[in-house]
Formats: sequence, structure tokens, C-alpha cells
Amino acid sequence: MRKILLLLLLLTGQAAVFAQPNQNGVQDKRPGYFLFKNATIHVDPGTVLEDAWLLIKEDKIEKVGKNFDYPKSARVIDLQGRHIYPSFVDIYSDYGLPELKRPMGGGRGGAAMSFESEKKGAYAYNQAIKPEVKAAEVFVINPKAADELRKIGFGSVVSHLKDGIVRGNSVLLTLGEEKDSKSLIKADVSSHYSFLKGLSTQTYPVSLMGCVALLRQTYYDADWYKKTKDQPERNLSMEAFAANQSLPSVFQSSSFHDALRIDKLGKEFGVKYIIKSGGDDYKRIDEIKALNTHLILPLNFPKALDVEDPIDAENVALGDLKHWELAPANPAAVAAKGIDFSITTADLPLKAAFFTQLQAAIKAGLSKKDALAALTVNPSRILKIEDKVGTLKTGLLANFLITDKDIFEEKAKILENWVQGAKFVINDVSTSAIAGKYNTTIPGFNRLTVSGEPEKPALELAMDTVKVKPTVSRDKNFLTITYRKGNEGVSRLTGLIGEKKITGQGVDAKGQAFNWTATLIEENAAAAKADSAGARTRPAPAKGGVLYPFVAFGNKELPRSEDLLIKNATVWTNEKEGTLVTDVLVKNGKIHSVGKNLAAGNARVIDGTGKHLTNGIIDEHSHIALFSINEVESVSSEVRQEDVINSEDINIYRQLAGGVTTSQLLHGSADCIGGQSAIVKLKWGESPEKLIIPNSPKFIKFALGENVKRGNSSTTPNRYPITRMGVEQVFVDAFTRAIAYKKEWETYNKAKIKTGLTAPKRDLELDALVEILNGERHITCHSYVQSEINMLMKVADSLGFKINTFTHILEGYKLADKMKARSINGSTFSDWWAYKMEVKEAIPFNAAILNKMGITTAINSDDAEMARRLNQEAAKTVLYGGLTEEEAWKTVTLNPAKMLKLDDRLGSVKSGKDADLVLWTDNPLSIYAKPEKTIIDGTVYFDLDTKDQKEKELRDEKNRLIQILLAEKGKGTPTERPVMRQRQEHIHCDHIMEYDGVSVENLDLFLRILNASGK
Amino acid sequence: MKKLIISLFCLLSGTAFAQNPGAGKASAEPVLFYNAHIFTGNGTEHAAGSMLIEKGLIKEVSASDLSAKYPNAKKVNVEGRHIYPGIISPASTLGLAEIESSRPTLDYNELGDYNPNVRALVAYNTDSEVIPTVRGNGVLITQATPSGGVISGRSSIFYLDGWNWEDAVLKPDDGLWLNWPRRMSPSFNFQTMTRELQKNEHYQKTVDELRELFAQSVAQKAGGDPYDNLKLTALNGILSGDQRLFIQAGTDKEVIEAINFCKEVGVKHPVVVGAVTSELAIQTLKENNVPIIVSPTHRLPDRVDSDVWEAYKLPAYLAGKGLTVGLHYNDSYWRTRNLPFVAGNTVAHGLTKAQALALITSSNAKILGIDQWVGTLEAGKHATFIISEGDILDMRTAKVTRAFIRGAEVNLDDKQKRLANKYFEKYGLSK
Repeated sequence: MRKILLLLLLLTGQAAVFAQPNQNGVQDKRPGYFLFKNATIHVDPGTVLEDAWLLIKEDKIEKVGKNFDYPKSARVIDLQGRHIYPSFVDIYSDYGLPELKRPMGGGRGGAAMSFESEKKGAYAYNQAIKPEVKAAEVFVINPKAADELRKIGFGSVVSHLKDGIVRGNSVLLTLGEEKDSKSLIKADVSSHYSFLKGLSTQTYPVSLMGCVALLRQTYYDADWYKKTKDQPERNLSMEAFAANQSLPSVFQSSSFHDALRIDKLGKEFGVKYIIKSGGDDYKRIDEIKALNTHLILPLNFPKALDVEDPIDAENVALGDLKHWELAPANPAAVAAKGIDFSITTADLPLKAAFFTQLQAAIKAGLSKKDALAALTVNPSRILKIEDKVGTLKTGLLANFLITDKDIFEEKAKILENWVQGAKFVINDVSTSAIAGKYNTTIPGFNRLTVSGEPEKPALELAMDTVKVKPTVSRDKNFLTITYRKGNEGVSRLTGLIGEKKITGQGVDAKGQAFNWTATLIEENAAAAKADSAGARTRPAPAKGGVLYPFVAFGNKELPRSEDLLIKNATVWTNEKEGTLVTDVLVKNGKIHSVGKNLAAGNARVIDGTGKHLTNGIIDEHSHIALFSINEVESVSSEVRQEDVINSEDINIYRQLAGGVTTSQLLHGSADCIGGQSAIVKLKWGESPEKLIIPNSPKFIKFALGENVKRGNSSTTPNRYPITRMGVEQVFVDAFTRAIAYKKEWETYNKAKIKTGLTAPKRDLELDALVEILNGERHITCHSYVQSEINMLMKVADSLGFKINTFTHILEGYKLADKMKARSINGSTFSDWWAYKMEVKEAIPFNAAILNKMGITTAINSDDAEMARRLNQEAAKTVLYGGLTEEEAWKTVTLNPAKMLKLDDRLGSVKSGKDADLVLWTDNPLSIYAKPEKTIIDGTVYFDLDTKDQKEKELRDEKNRLIQILLAEKGKGTPTERPVMRQRQEHIHCDHIMEYDGVSVENLDLFLRILNASGK
Repeated sequence: MKKLIISLFCLLSGTAFAQNPGAGKASAEPVLFYNAHIFTGNGTEHAAGSMLIEKGLIKEVSASDLSAKYPNAKKVNVEGRHIYPGIISPASTLGLAEIESSRPTLDYNELGDYNPNVRALVAYNTDSEVIPTVRGNGVLITQATPSGGVISGRSSIFYLDGWNWEDAVLKPDDGLWLNWPRRMSPSFNFQTMTRELQKNEHYQKTVDELRELFAQSVAQKAGGDPYDNLKLTALNGILSGDQRLFIQAGTDKEVIEAINFCKEVGVKHPVVVGAVTSELAIQTLKENNVPIIVSPTHRLPDRVDSDVWEAYKLPAYLAGKGLTVGLHYNDSYWRTRNLPFVAGNTVAHGLTKAQALALITSSNAKILGIDQWVGTLEAGKHATFIISEGDILDMRTAKVTRAFIRGAEVNLDDKQKRLANKYFEKYGLSK
């Protein structure tokens, strides 16, 4: 039975390949040969043949060359003076695929979290994982879209459905319109990926880091599925995912940050992704070059911004202004580094703008040869379709362009675009040029001047000083002319365009008929004049440089480490020496020595007299410099903050100006078990990976209380848990699973003979918990009230793991003895309370009590604003509870270093430790103190001496760009109102960055609005 | 039996723990504080001065010891201590909110866009447990302020001590709060998943509604119409100049439009609450003699490109331009105990310590229209002041030891101190 079905399928499949059996009418089969003679043929970017011939047969190229024998039945077309190019190939298209629309009111009831995939069938558990999607199966010809693309020179595209994290396979299509089955050239050309979950109505993942984690898990799942016989169930997604691995993999990025992230992920699984660029590669071109991969570049350069009103223009950020200037130079920057690349029209909202944008890129330095390669041979080579499209070689598809001149010249026109041997006329030049000066016999005139485009001519009739501009329209070779002369009525004329002559008849205002002629005496005078004027373009002014990072106060060059001798400062050592006036010598990024009268050697000497020198502040609880804060599964231990570091966050610089040098970037508090921390140094200008402290200890965020139970949500949430009772069970359940998982692996690893055994499935969520059980990963737990704190300590005791730090821990003072007994650290706010029910018993004396109990105690920020003055927050422990000043200072330096297990490197001014230092104008605990220099690893990242200069440079650079923009507007370039960003709210631990900082409490509401938006 | 124990327990612990301390009583006899470092709030400082208070008022402040002049006064030696005027906290919801996330405890945002008739006066809860924690840092006066809508309602100014609102109020219904409409309003862009500011289509409509409201109020009054429209009547004080109009606006252009509106409709005492940075807005304030209560220094700069210390510098910048500048801390009512430090933060960024102190004492008093009673330590004003161990603007030294309101000593105990003491005792720790 099954065989018969298969046969049937084959039969019907074949039927489509052949001509329709019951043709309506007589057969009209043509010989199918076309010979194009005497053209300049660009076989590929490196091979240009002058006066050459191109022979095609039906849909294929038969031969390219000169003076060869050709079949007599060929239709011969003379292309003297014309150029032939391979038509362009866009390998990042969604042409012909269904429009992506969010189902209205999708998701479970729209309002609540949705835990299951809504895709029916034996597919992946997550709706954003769709390797089984085959574009070849859903594609249909879209005549309107095909026409748009043909007009800008494209003949074929590689198209995929741009939805989901794993998007399935693409298809090579031509832009012909005959039949779907003819347009489809090759299925399964490439396999596609992104960090965007798209239209999936499943809530997980909401965050960028969740998307990374899900994809990572999918690689493990598919690998395990492939290797494991006796699967309990079939999964078509897993099968497709494994099968897709043999194809070129293309990954969508929206910025250089994404590109670096993609490369990092690829290395984990041995995949070299082709990267669809976000168009800002120039910002970190050396790092992009090091990825050593192919880029697909977009041309969606930003529009000029309207900056006329000085008050409103204050809202325009330097980074946006500079991107406007430098984005068109991105392709040139990529080419200059020798990076292999293609160009896509994908991000252009108006395809017709393609050549304008391409010209902008060429003006900004992209060579015409590189441009042609990026549109033809490069994309076809990288996706292994060079035997089909991309050049004009024998056997390839007859996809080519005929142009009137070099295609990248400013006024070049595509005349015809041939797709699979079928002609599409793009610009009809059979409309002859008629511009020029004529002698005419039209009654009352002797001179006719024609200007304008051939299709839309403008006329002027003259006799001595009398001039009339008639209304005129042209339909191929006919002109219709009407005019009114003086006080007379309207005269009407018909003209027939001939060779250098127009003949016609007319009826004057009185109804009298007449004949007329116009004879050309001077061709195209006006047009020639305009051309020479256009040629006198000024050389482009020098552009501004790149900044690291690419925002206000970024560095023109990365700051370098230097040897420094800070003399005679009051040094807060945080060691038994206490606070004393002495010298500190910094060498090779480390504190070399501390003592009086140190010899400077080659070190730069900084006079610290009257000033205070301390360690840099360490913020134990921070959410700056991140693209993601929260994932929203109750157990989200698989997500990693290290995957989503934003090196361009202005808060890095702001906090350097507050003396902060190190921050633990924590997952938020939406989940009982949150993600894995990143511990970074605030090295302003370095790329994300370089911010992470090498070999930093592994940490993870846990959370308790109102945030995890969504206590402040306006409706009852549908995510477990919603009570503190449930919170306990989430932990017990997760660790019970982790213990079983750990045993499973131990049994497998212990087995001497592994044949016949299958390795257990890697589970990234449980891996992190096993690391905790093994003491390799340390817990920082968001906590408020004593009941829950006590609970987690008991759960940890009973299941055999340790809690490293309770963060926030506002009722820690009630349990200090229990914490002390377990050597748990406390990291708290100085004086926050009353903002919700669970903090109504918070007291500012908390830190002092914990500290006096012998608990390692820190003051943290959890707030980008407060982090800028953590020194003042530390000082409050003197005010509330009476810590000594040295004890107070340690709450933001040595103590957090200890709880981050970095006190062997950080936290005190001691020979051998990292030179992370701050020179203060005053006692660092005083409100009157400000940092004068903030130093990390011996590099000065914030300097009061150059602060004003930096601000002046910022204003000057903005002014330079604004002057250019104003000049653009003066020239008539359309400008757009800059996007006015709302002032960024303070980001706290309950925010979801991807949804513009919506708080987890409002997630349900947000999802409802999102689903109702239909977007 | 069990019930009895519980009620007994409540009785005992109730008096000891669960309530705020009772309000203070003014001494019947004159009291002289001498050997004090007195900061008067108007820029004058006496390193070893003295101050006599009597019947709730300041009788005399002197650079020298007044002991000989007032032999009958009770003498208090405050050697080594500082005396400051009680600090004034404008634009706060303290007393109108208890737990920020708990709606049943919130009483500052009434339903509807136009609420000139509602009064914070009657919702102010003297028994709020947050109040003692704020006055413990020297903040003795608060402007209980409604928020929300276009016209939020009327504020009242309270002393942070008293048995009930009637008793604690310093100036009832001192002003009306207007949120000037936004020319641009945020809308969510689902393509970029960010909020962007789009032109507010209702801007002109809202401005017209406001204009109409003020015009109708004038008309109603002129007509002597017996029909009493609560909303229109509520504007009388603003138009007569008895009350102030506090304007919160989003951008400098809005501030300018709001001030022009005030001129047009005849508002006598407009006050801008927020931040302005442009020369045009500053000049508009100056020319129209409009004071500004500046947003807290503890906030991030408005824009990525702004000077990282913009907020710290703004009070000095505006004062330098010749504006009358006050300061508030409205981030959260429970954080207003940091108001002295918010002022202190300006000192490393352009103001002198005396100017920084003036922001939250004499300037705030003048701007709120209560300077005849409070804001400085001068003869004839209320004996409302604090005594501290050191510089009140710097948390290193800011410990407040005593506080007086209209001559009555305030009990500085609070719930947080009691909780701390309980656990200091439990663990046997020294304070």
C-alpha cells in the first residue's frame, strides 16, 4: 500500500516537470536560441570581454566568446555599446514565501504565559525550533515582488522563511513568472538560524540569552537523538535538524554584538556560520575580521536626521549621528579588511532604493568590482550554487542583465533583465531621445526646444522673445501638444516622432487645421550641460573616526595599560596596615609595591598629596551592560549573562566616574533559579568578551519571594509557583532532578565498556545545578524575608549544596546567626525599604548587624544610578549601626571581592593584586569626594583631568555632523525626525530588556498587548 | 486564657513597638542652646553661637553666648554639635503612601484627569511608620503632594510630628499641582520592541481644556453664581495669588509653554518642579521670576550624551544663572530621608556647603511660601530645628541627635531603630 502511494507521488511529481498534457491550442515551440552580439560582457567580476557574444539556448547559457559558430536558427540581437552582466543573486531573501503575521489574540487566552508549542505534530517542544520547515514546499511565485527585484537587477534569490530561532532550509528560486516548478532551481540550499523567536506564541524564551540557550540545547538534543537507538518517540524536528547540518548554515545578526555571539556559539558546536550582518561591522572591524567568515551585508543605511531645532536636536545621540555618517562606508570597511561578503536587499523597505544605497556605498569607498562580486559570484559561491547562477559561464542559467553603460555608473540603466532565458524589459529605450533644438513651422513660432526625459519631454516654443511652454504628453512615437498663445484660445497639435524630425498636424484656437514640422538642428544641448555640471562634484569631506565603544565618551583608540607611581596619597589598603599616607607603584597592570619613597623608574608619576587612593569599587549586584536580564522559566539555569554583554552601555562610563571597576552582572529575579552570572571589569572600549574577568569563578542567581511568585501581578499568574510554599518545592524538585541526572552520568562514566550504552542526554539546565552540587558554581540568592531565607538554607542543607551569598537579604539581621553558622555572605542595600510588602521590615542597620556578626557583608546597587555613588551608600553603614570607616569601605571593595571569590586578585591595595585603583579628591566615604582617576589593570579609564576635554570633543564632533546634516537638508535630501528615545528607566532585577524593560509583574499584560497588536 | 495572653502581649508590645511615638510638647520655659555651631540656612554660620527659643518661636540667634542676657532660660550646652533649620521636603507622597506596591495603602492619585478640588490635607496619615524614619535624618517638613492626571489636586505642608493632620499641618492647601501635557508621548514600537516618543495628538486639546477651565473659573467668580462648581472654585486661590501653581513638565519647550500659559490665564505664583537645561527655558524662568524646585541629583543623566554628572551639577548651574532654586527628592517617599545628601551631592559640583544647605531650607521655604515661619534660624520664626553630631549634608557625619518642631522636642525613635535594637540585643552586639 505504501509503495503504491509513493509511486503515485512520483507520478504526480513528474507530471509537473513536463508540459501540461492537454494543451489548449496548437503547440508553439520556438527554436530557443538567442545570440547577443557586440556587447561588453562581464562574465564575472574579473573577466570582461569587449565586443563579445553571448549565446543562450532556452533557459541556459550556451556559450560566451567572440565570433563563434552559432546555430542559424538563433535570433541575433546587436548590443553595440551595451553591457551584459550576470543578474544579481540575493541569498538572504524571503521572496515567494508566506507573509509573517502574528495570529491575533494568539497564545493561551492571550494574557497568560504559554508553556507549550502550538504547532501540532511530532515536532520540537519549542515552537521557535523549526528545522523541518522547507521553503521549497511553501514557495509560490509572487509577481509583484519578482517585478520589484528584477527592476533592480536581481535574477535569482535564495529564500527562507524568516521566522523562529531555527528556521529550516532555503530554496534557490529564479524571479521568472512562468511556473513555480520552473522557478524552483534547488531545494535545501542552506539552513537558517537567528536569535529571534519570531511568531512563536510559546512564552519561552523571552530573552536573547534564552534564545542562545535554547539553540545550544537543541544542538545537544539533536546530537543525542541521532546517536541514540531505541528512541521512545519520533521527533521530526530533531531528524531535520541533524540532516540540515550538512548544509551551509546562515545566521541572522542585528549588530556586531550578535555576530561575535554567533561565532562563539558556532565554536562550541564546530559550525562556521555565514553571518547576515547588522550593517555596523565597521564598529569592531578587527573582531569581525577575526571571525573569518562570510558576511551578508544589508544596505539599509539610516536616513538623514532632522537637526534644525537646536533644543530638539539635543535628543539626537552622537552614536546615531556617527552611524548615519559611517554606515554607508560599512561595505567598504569590510572589503578593505579582505572579508568575504555578499550584499542583500533584505532590510530595504523600498527595494527601489537599492541603487541609491549601493551608490552611497560606492561613494564611501566600495570598489565597483567588489560591489559586483558581492552581488553575483560571492553569494553563489558561498552557498554552493555557482553551477546555477552568479556568472555568465556555459551551462549556468540564462540570468543576465543588459545595461546601457557600466551598471555602477550613476545614471546607468538596466534595459533588460533576462531570467531563465525569458526577457523582462526594465527600461524601454525604444523610446528615442528627442531632446534638442528644432526649427519649426508651427504657426506663430520658428523655434522648438525639447528637454527632459525621453518619456516625459518638456517643450518650449519661441519666436524672437515670445516664449510659450505647452502642455505635452508622449505615447511612444506620438506627441500630444496643447498651448495658449497670448489672449488666444487653445491650440492642439499631434506630432509623429521620426528620425531627427517631427511631423504633425494641428487645429488652432479658431478651429483652422494646419500641418507642421520640426527639424532637429542641435541635439541634446541641455542634457549635455547638466552632465558636465554634475561631474564637478566636490571630493567627499573626511569622515569622523570610529569610537570604542561607539557612543558618547567612547575612546578614539583603546586606552593602554601604563606603569604608574601614585605618590603621597592616603591609601586605604584594606589590609592590616589600614589607612596610611604612602606611595603605590603599578607595573604591568598589577600593584607592584606599596611603601614610602618608591622609585618611579619608567612609571608615570601622579601626585596623590591630599588625595585618597583606594581599590576600585566592586558591585556585587548589577544589571548594567546587558542585553538580557530575565528569562522567565521558574528554573532558567541554562541561560548565561556572558552570552549577552553590551560593551556599549553608557552606564559603564558613568560608573567608572563613580569609582566602580568590577561588577557581577546577575540574572534578574523573575525565576526561582535564574541564569549564570558574568563578572566583568568596566574596561570602557573593550569588546564584550574582553570585559569578562578571565577564569572568573562561576556564579548563578537564585531568587525568592514576591518577584518569583509574581506577587504584584494585577492578575493571578498561571506560572508555578505563586506562593512561598511552592517556591520551596521548585528548589526541591530541581535539585532532586539534578541529583538523579548526576547519578545517571556517573554510572555512564564509570562503565568500563561503553558499547551498547547510550550517554545520557545533556541537559544544560541540570548541568548548572550539578555544578552547584559539586561546589563548582556558587549561588547568589535574591531574598527578603526571614521565612524564605530560612527555607532555602534548610533546602540546601538537606540536598547537599551551599549558598554563597544572600543578596538584598533585607531581613538578614533576623537570621544573622543562622547565616553565620553556614558561612553565608550578605550583600544588601544600604537603606531601601517600604517599596513592597516583603521589605516593610527592612532596616538600614542591617549591614552593620550582619558585619558585626562576622558575616562578610557588602553593599550593592542593583541600580545603574546608585552604583555611581556606592561609596556614599557604604558610608551609610557608619551612620546606621556605627561601622568604622575602614569597615564601611570594605563593604564595597574587599567584602564583595571575597564573596565573588576574587579576593586573591582584587579588593585590597597589596603587592601582586590587580591594579584596579581609584584616586579620590577626598575621603571616599564623603559625599564631597569624586573620583579623579579610575584605573583598571593599570589602565586609566576615567580621568577627571581629561573629562572636560572629552565633553568638548563630543560637542565638536556633534556639531560637525549636524553641519553636514543641515547641508544635506539644504540640498533637498529628505530627512527624518530622529527617533526620540524615552529616558531609560533605571533597570532593576525584575525587568525584561527585550520588551523594553517591562517588569516581570507586567509580563502577562505585555504579552496580551503584544498578541493583540497583530505584529 | 490564650486570648488574654495575646491581648496582654498586644498591650505591652503595642506601646513598646507597634506604634509611632507620641507627638512632642513645647517647653513652657525659654530654652537657650549655647556653644553650638549654628547654620542659619541663609548663609550665616556661627561657630560658637547660641539660640534662645520661647513659646515655640525663636527669640534670638547670636554669634556669641546669650546666657547672660537670658539668665532665666533653661540652658542646654551643645558643644561640638551642629544646629540647622529643619529640612523641608517639597513634592513628596510621604504620609499619603505606606507600601509602594500595595494599592490599599496609596492615597495620592485620584481618578480622572482634572482634580483641582481634591486635597492631600485630609488623606495625610500622621501615623505612617515611614514618617519617623524620615524625620530621623533631619527632614521636619513635608509637602504632601498628590500626583497623576493633568491637575492632580492640592498639596498641603505638614510638620513631621503631630497627633493628626489637623494638628500637624503647617500650611493647608498651599498649592495646586499641574502636569503640563506632553508634546510627545511614548508609544510602543513593536518592530523595535522599544518605546518611542511620538507627537501627542491630544496636546492642543488638553491645553485648550486647561485654558477653558481657568477662564470658566474667572467667569464663575465674576458672575457670583451661587452654583458652586467644586473644580472651578478650587482654582480661586491660584488666581488670587494665595496659592501656588506647581508645574511639572517634561521638556524645556513644555516648561516655556506652561509659563506663557500662566501669564495668559493670570496665575500669580507659578513654580516649576523638574529640570531645565536650555538657555531659552532658563531665560523664560528668569524673566518671569519663576522659581524652580530641581529634580533630585540622584538621577541618571537624561541622555546618553549628557555629562555623566549633569544631575549633580544642575542646581549650581541654574543658581549661577540667577534663578531661585530649591531641591526635592520625590523618587520614593521613603527615600526622602536622603534629601540632605541629595543637597550635599551638589557641593563637589559647584555649590558651597551654605548654598547646598539653603536649597533644602531657606530656598525651599521661600518657594513654597512658608518662609515667614520656617527655613532659617532667625528671630520670630518657628523653633523648628535639628541638632546633629556633624555636617548634616554628608552621611559620614550626619547623625541627628535631637529635633524640635515649634519648640517641641521630637521623639526620634522609629520602627527601624526598634527592630535594630531588638536584634542588637538578641545577638549581644554593641552599637
